[in-house]
Amino acid sequence: MNSMVNLLIGLAMGLNLIALASSRLPALITAMAVQGMALGAMPLLLEHHFDWMVSLVAVCTIAGKGFVIPYLLRRAMRAANIERDMEPTIGYVPSLLLGAGGTIAVVAMARALPLLPEHAGSLMVPGALASVLTGFVLLIGRTKAISQVCGYLILENGIYLFGLLLIHVTPLFVEAGILLDLTVGVFVIGIIVDRIQRAFDTLDTRKLTTLHE
Amino acid sequence: MIVIVETIARLAGWLLLAPLLPGIINKVKAWVAGRRGPPVLQLYYDLGRLWQRGVVLSSLASPGFIAGPAVAWVAIVGAALLLPLGPAGALLSFRGDALLVIYLLALARFGTAWAAMETGSAFEGMGTAREVSYAVLAEAAIITAMLTLSVHAQSITLVEMLTPASGVGAVLLGAGLFTVLLVENCRVPFDDPNTHLELTMIHEAMILDHSGPPLAAILHGASVKLLLFAVLLTESVVPLGHFSGPVACAVLALGVLTVTVGVGLVESLLARLAFRRVPLLLTTAILLCLFALLVAWKGGAA
Repeated sequence: MNSMVNLLIGLAMGLNLIALASSRLPALITAMAVQGMALGAMPLLLEHHFDWMVSLVAVCTIAGKGFVIPYLLRRAMRAANIERDMEPTIGYVPSLLLGAGGTIAVVAMARALPLLPEHAGSLMVPGALASVLTGFVLLIGRTKAISQVCGYLILENGIYLFGLLLIHVTPLFVEAGILLDLTVGVFVIGIIVDRIQRAFDTLDTRKLTTLHE
Repeated sequence: MIVIVETIARLAGWLLLAPLLPGIINKVKAWVAGRRGPPVLQLYYDLGRLWQRGVVLSSLASPGFIAGPAVAWVAIVGAALLLPLGPAGALLSFRGDALLVIYLLALARFGTAWAAMETGSAFEGMGTAREVSYAVLAEAAIITAMLTLSVHAQSITLVEMLTPASGVGAVLLGAGLFTVLLVENCRVPFDDPNTHLELTMIHEAMILDHSGPPLAAILHGASVKLLLFAVLLTESVVPLGHFSGPVACAVLALGVLTVTVGVGLVESLLARLAFRRVPLLLTTAILLCLFALLVAWKGGAA
């Protein structure tokens, strides 16, 4: 059970690095979606007894993060007619190295953290921190709005993974609420991206700092 | 007496089998493209033909023009002899021989680069610059891979190091070493061995001015290097120690064949990368080895 969980988190860590290294937006969105699905299946593995509430939330997470949100983002991407994020503020090799260095550091550091004994052997805390770091690097280092949304979603994946540590005490309604917020947020961003594209003829967020009539 | 016979047998094995690998790669490429392709033994014919030819020497070149390929060839064959062959072990094994293999490979690269610069041709200088700048990252990757193996086995002797881990670590290390194999042997997606345009060449640009026996030494050395990396990759991923003697040899041969066919398939199915994308892929190779190191380290501590 634990090794299966660790394998999924390892996959999520690998997807973090793929997201950092890919210059094409479809690849970034796919990496984000697969990561969301891998982490969405985690509650089913962590819960020892079958619980319809847990299963429902897991299915909703997989459907939401794996299909609905990527679909919305791809539609926004087609509407805005951009394929890649050229000229990132942090280049692909430096951001890949940052992400990898961060991942290795958190894996090494997690041993020093005062965790509960049942979490000590699992990769959940390092995986969560690595995803949060990746999200930050993407948010800071990319210039196109859609890649920044992907960075935000990877950041949220990390927070979700962190929340799974408390799966036995927090009600899953909180998770369900966050998922709903996220989907609505991405839906709204999809519309905003379209508006920005029409108003400014670009999705480069560096150009949005000056006021326009 | 036995030692001498064994040495000669191993040397003959490495030297005679190595030119087979490029032939197999070309056959796989031809098969995927639906052509008949050159015979598998083509490189043997080429080497024989080159050996009988004379050498064209530039009046500018120093004796290093001939010495470079010779140094490279001897270094590569020396590194190959240090590599253990499954159950047969290594010819010579001592503490730290893994480091010597890395240094011998670096010496071989220095030899070819040195000889390439001798004629003062601009193309060869360009090819050398590219080769050496790729090598900066490729050598970091292979050093990390060696470090992973030694952390896992708690030893820096090749015979003990090549008892691989299973599971995720082996997969990561295998992927990293395969990428290193592609760049070290100048295969697609880093370099195209079939290119005829000097501006896009890397390894081929370095040997443009060589002819006759020195060129044969370079080509043969390159094929031995390919075999060396294929053996190294197989032995660091497949736990050969679990099999009995003959089975292990068969598994090793099968592994080398798989790697060779894999290289052929990669060359048929992938296009060559743009130069500016290459560092990203090489960094990925380093990271794959680094994460294998992390797995070995964490696994050893737990």
